[in-house]
Amino acid sequence: MLIIEDLHVKIGDKEVLKGIDLKISEGETFILFGPNGSGKTTLLMTLMGFGNYEITQGRITFKGVDITRAPIYERARLGIGMSFQRPPTIHGLKTRHLVSMCARDREIDVEGMARNVNFDEFLDRDINAGFSGGEIKRSELLQLMAQRPSLVLFDEPESGVDLENMALIGRTARALLDGAVDPSPAKSMKELKRLRPAGLIITHTGYILEYVNADRGQVMYNGHLCCESRPRDILDHVGKYGYQECVRCLN
Amino acid sequence: MSNVDLKHYHFDGANAEAIADLRSLSPDDKRQLLMSGVDVEEAHRSGSFMHLNHSGVHCASKREGLELLDIKTALKKHDGLPEYWWKMVDPDKDEFTRAAREHLHGGYFIRAHKGAKLVDPVQSCLFIKGDGVGQNVHNIVVVEEDAELHVITGCAVAHGTREAAHMGISEFYVKKGGKLTFTMIHNWSEETAVRPRSAGIIEEGGVFLNNYVLMKPVKDLQMYPSLTLAGRGAVARFNSVVVAPPGSLVDTGNRILLQAPETRGEIIARTMTTGGTIINRGFIGASAAPARGHLECKGLILNNGRIHAIPELDGSMEGVELSHEAAVGKISQEEIEYLMARGLDEDEATATIVRGFLNVDMEGLPKELEEAINKQIEELDAGDTM
Repeated sequence: MLIIEDLHVKIGDKEVLKGIDLKISEGETFILFGPNGSGKTTLLMTLMGFGNYEITQGRITFKGVDITRAPIYERARLGIGMSFQRPPTIHGLKTRHLVSMCARDREIDVEGMARNVNFDEFLDRDINAGFSGGEIKRSELLQLMAQRPSLVLFDEPESGVDLENMALIGRTARALLDGAVDPSPAKSMKELKRLRPAGLIITHTGYILEYVNADRGQVMYNGHLCCESRPRDILDHVGKYGYQECVRCLN
Repeated sequence: MSNVDLKHYHFDGANAEAIADLRSLSPDDKRQLLMSGVDVEEAHRSGSFMHLNHSGVHCASKREGLELLDIKTALKKHDGLPEYWWKMVDPDKDEFTRAAREHLHGGYFIRAHKGAKLVDPVQSCLFIKGDGVGQNVHNIVVVEEDAELHVITGCAVAHGTREAAHMGISEFYVKKGGKLTFTMIHNWSEETAVRPRSAGIIEEGGVFLNNYVLMKPVKDLQMYPSLTLAGRGAVARFNSVVVAPPGSLVDTGNRILLQAPETRGEIIARTMTTGGTIINRGFIGASAAPARGHLECKGLILNNGRIHAIPELDGSMEGVELSHEAAVGKISQEEIEYLMARGLDEDEATATIVRGFLNVDMEGLPKELEEAINKQIEELDAGDTM
């Protein structure tokens, strides 16, 4: 579904990603670990297509389409959806209106969806105006639910969220990645997987692993990907030894 | 200020017949009125007034406690209105006030009697139809003790009217505990010169909410309404939305004088140029304490217009709290990219942000007026203005 080949990205004069190769298949949830400043967020922003991230080399293919130079909205319409860490406030734009725009031409039940993330009271507020960390997450998830992407990019679902809200956000992220399909005896596991959205999730704490069914994980270190393993194993290892070993791995 | 030459316009001869029923107006005129918040059906209105060129043509009060008269009638009936006539505006202020004094065509006198709560708005339309017409009106609004009044006034020129000039004097009196909501919509044209001169006074516990909308082109408009909060606990708020397309020169602002303790004043202005020039002034002066004032002028420049924001605060006593927030800029790339990540293309994202920017929550607007304002914003999108 997503193929990244030898991706190099500069922000200003500084090369941040130094040759990234990564494949994510249909329905797969991939976890990205790594210390601050290693380039994780840059990878997500580059996949979405933001202006400040200059691709100097390499290629991104999504659903067979080369999107390396595609504008942001084309990527979104192809099915890439992103949860922002610090989204901007847009004055005068009501959350309700933005959520319905996320669905494009599809009719959606904004109120019902908002109730699912305990956010119905915010629908008439300006988007992101004075939202707390947890409120931003719920708002972002609500927009993604309306958008129904086939690849979800999620930057630190647990940042700024209290424990009580973590469960709600974890469950919602899970529901988003499980897609709208229920298990059914008529479909094989393989078919179901193809219908599920894929996910690329950045986490520091690993709390999100309690909720989502993660398939694979890797560590980003100084602009390189290394140490592919099962996400829980990576988390345990980093918890014990820190990211020190990545240096050895890379050399 | 003197780039409007009054000799250019004629102030005589454009008298108009009375219009008994506003529904009899032409479809074009009705549309102009509707865009100015005037409902020709007169449903959910406490009263209606219309002034066309040099004559008052329609005046109907439909509620107990509301006095609605043509100003000439009111002057005769109330012995020249000595308490209210030229008390807030100095007739010698400039050539435009002098013109209005020397050659009065009409205007409205609206009074909400003591304790009257007029829930439905009074609507007024000051209309110009015909080339080269100069119009002088003088309006007086009085809200007596504990009364409530909402006035919607639409000032417009008929579709196809070429050069025109509008001079409007307005004086406002809000008595103890009274509440006035005054909403003004301007629908001028590329060749209209406009010089309103407005001022008001608010007594103890009184409230004045002023809404102003200008989205259509205008040749040259200059106004600076001023409110004096003279009684303890009085409140004034100005909300303005101003759009200047290429060729428009708009010099507008609001002044609030906090002259009694516990008064509060707020000025919120959203201005946007798509090629025209906007001078956006704001002044809050406080000479009594405690008093609080906040001034906000935000400007958005699209294409090559100019916005000159001039916010001023003048506190002259310990205990006053005045603040301001001014910004002139472009649409933030971050906001555009955020919306693009939700699937909106760049034009859709820009239009959405502009709509939000111009969407100032104006209190107490009737639904159809809100729709008329939204329609004007939609029409901005539809054109090539963005």
